[in-house]
Amino acid sequence: MATIEFTEEQTMLLETAVDFCRKNSPLDGVRRQIELDDSVDAGIWSEMADLGWLGITIPEQYGGLGLSLADVVPIVESMGRHLMGSPYVPTVLAANALVVSGSEAQKNHWLPQIAAGAVASMALTEEDGNWRLQEIQSQGVISGDAVSLSGKKCFVLDAPKAGVIVVSAMIDGAPRLVLVQADQLPTNALTRETVIDETRRSYTLNLEGITVPAVQVLDGADFASIEQAALLLLTAEMAGGLAGVLHVIVDYLTTRKQFDQYIGSYQSLKHPSVQILLSMEACRSHLYHAATLLAGEDANAIESAIRMAKAQGSEAFAFAGDRAVQFHGGFGFTYDCDAQLFLRRALWCQYQFGDAAYHRALLGPLLLDEVS
Amino acid sequence: MTTTQAELKEFEEQADRWFLENKPANPGFILPETFMEVGTDSQFEFLRDWQNKVYENGYVGMAWPKEYGGGGVDQVFQDIATKAMAKHRVPFLPNTIGLNWAGPLILMMGSDADKAKYIKGILSAEDIWCQGFSEPDHGSDLGSAQCKAVKDGDEYVVNGSKIWTSLGSYAKYMILLARTSQQSSSKYAGLSFFLAPMQAEGIEPRPIKKLTGEYGFCQTFFNDARIPASSMMGNEGEGWKVAMATLTFERGAAGGQAGGLAMMDLTIDDIVELARRAKRNGRPAIEDPHVRNELVDLITESKNNSLMAARAKVPALATDWPTAISMSGKLRSSELKRRMCQFAISLQGANGARYVSKDAVDGGMWQRSYLNAFSGTIGGGTTQIQHNIIGERVLGLPKG
Repeated sequence: MATIEFTEEQTMLLETAVDFCRKNSPLDGVRRQIELDDSVDAGIWSEMADLGWLGITIPEQYGGLGLSLADVVPIVESMGRHLMGSPYVPTVLAANALVVSGSEAQKNHWLPQIAAGAVASMALTEEDGNWRLQEIQSQGVISGDAVSLSGKKCFVLDAPKAGVIVVSAMIDGAPRLVLVQADQLPTNALTRETVIDETRRSYTLNLEGITVPAVQVLDGADFASIEQAALLLLTAEMAGGLAGVLHVIVDYLTTRKQFDQYIGSYQSLKHPSVQILLSMEACRSHLYHAATLLAGEDANAIESAIRMAKAQGSEAFAFAGDRAVQFHGGFGFTYDCDAQLFLRRALWCQYQFGDAAYHRALLGPLLLDEVS
Repeated sequence: MTTTQAELKEFEEQADRWFLENKPANPGFILPETFMEVGTDSQFEFLRDWQNKVYENGYVGMAWPKEYGGGGVDQVFQDIATKAMAKHRVPFLPNTIGLNWAGPLILMMGSDADKAKYIKGILSAEDIWCQGFSEPDHGSDLGSAQCKAVKDGDEYVVNGSKIWTSLGSYAKYMILLARTSQQSSSKYAGLSFFLAPMQAEGIEPRPIKKLTGEYGFCQTFFNDARIPASSMMGNEGEGWKVAMATLTFERGAAGGQAGGLAMMDLTIDDIVELARRAKRNGRPAIEDPHVRNELVDLITESKNNSLMAARAKVPALATDWPTAISMSGKLRSSELKRRMCQFAISLQGANGARYVSKDAVDGGMWQRSYLNAFSGTIGGGTTQIQHNIIGERVLGLPKG
């Protein structure tokens, strides 16, 4: 298998998505959206559904396009470049969880709705901030044909908009996935969280008092696949974000003068900018390599590529955001400077689903230890 | 020429067997990694004998014309042989300038007499070649070369000096870029290109002692040295064009490079293997969490460098700054190599402080490799200049 493949479909999706996000998410628009309740304008969301983007990973028999996560990558990368907020990623992740772990009935019920534009979300992380998706405290107790949930989930994105949320909980001592519908949430189950990336709409979901039919427990519980999908799409956002923030930097370095010189002529700013450029290219290479491998069978190679991509991208994007603020000098210290938008996004991406050190530790056995 | 898969397969097995059986035994002294680091007569003779043996057995210059000493077969055979050399980690072929630059150049634009005179000696390593492009005052700025060649009858009289002439003390010929006119329209138009005999009176290669304590480079002085006018390649004033052509030979094309291993390269796999053997505080270094973290980071960076070639083949993904990948290859690979060598030393506990000697880990090759790695981060434009170039030409930042 080639190390990086980029198909006709991906090329077209990238072109469309770049235009779409440029048009619909200019940075002043991102700032306006931050002040509103939702992460995206309803009209833009329905345009995204009309473009077929929500059904990309959904098999054709459930109303989707039957493509793969690799085809979602160019879209999410473009959104990341323009800091576009929306429930797109959580919805794709939920659809993917249903495709991988859902029963036929669950897929038949939910996937066509998602393909047509229904929002969905994931509730995986808990208050202790543990990145290991299967080390959770929330419980599900089955009694008859119902399951009663307890515990608290965090970082549930766009939860009030979601028609369905995929919730992880321990059932009979094993981590499982349960579908919770919007109409099964008690009032006050959701509390808005204050998070560093203000383009996100992040919620705490209190599971106390939620009881759902036991048929809403997913048949399978493939947490590895959920994690890989999440890491891949976060890396796509970071690759796009790196390009976006570098444009902000280059624009300022080529227009701002100090001591009668454009500040981009100073090597102390020029050289780190090149470092950011090369780290952006590296991030893109790792990203599309991981996306290419996903179609194959080599589980170790897939896991290595995805964790490497997330580890490299996390550090690169955080560095780029940090330098972007610094290079803007006094203006960089203000809320009005766009650099902070990217830095905040970078910090979100860095700490969701494992930071660089976490993934490097997990890469150790895959890359360093001889297979016995 | 049609070659069947069966023939290729058979040749692959033959080459694999030959390099397995003929890989030279450890000579008892530490070997250089590239032709730029050949510092002693015994190293040089060992490597020249090796290239000669490889040539006598038909594994280098395979695609070069048979009438001049090449193998006259398809390039694909050479690629297979080169791969076998890398696989068995045999020594590199030291006549690097001849095999990769002078030879292809002579095949492309030399006369039949030139080809008959030079090609076989390049392949057999009987005639070692060196390069005379850089000058002490013009590190990477070849166009400003000041070394002068003045025509006098059927000779040119050369004065000046060239620096970083690897194998200068052993070379029979030099590809020389010299200024033949001071009155030309541009600095480039005043340059000419010679295949200069090194044995001419007035040419003196003086070895330069490197930071490793070894020799390997020379500064070559020209003091009224007389070289035949017939040794000029191309016409007077075309030296820049010829030099640029020399530097851009592509593999595989007719009259391309002779093939064969040009360097013993360190890979990240070598560092991982060292981390398994080397001890820190009594335990294998690879068990230390900090070592593991750093190793994974280096593997990630190394993987990235190897992915860049595949990325470059996808134009749809070269969007914002399309020349970033192609312009940064030397910067990325040379800096990674320096850091890998630096890290390899840190795996050795107190023995990190040793240098080339029998008590050192792997004879001290890691320490020496680290010091030699600066040839990559300095030669061909320093890392700092590379950052300026990429910042200005790729990102469009203003010059300082």
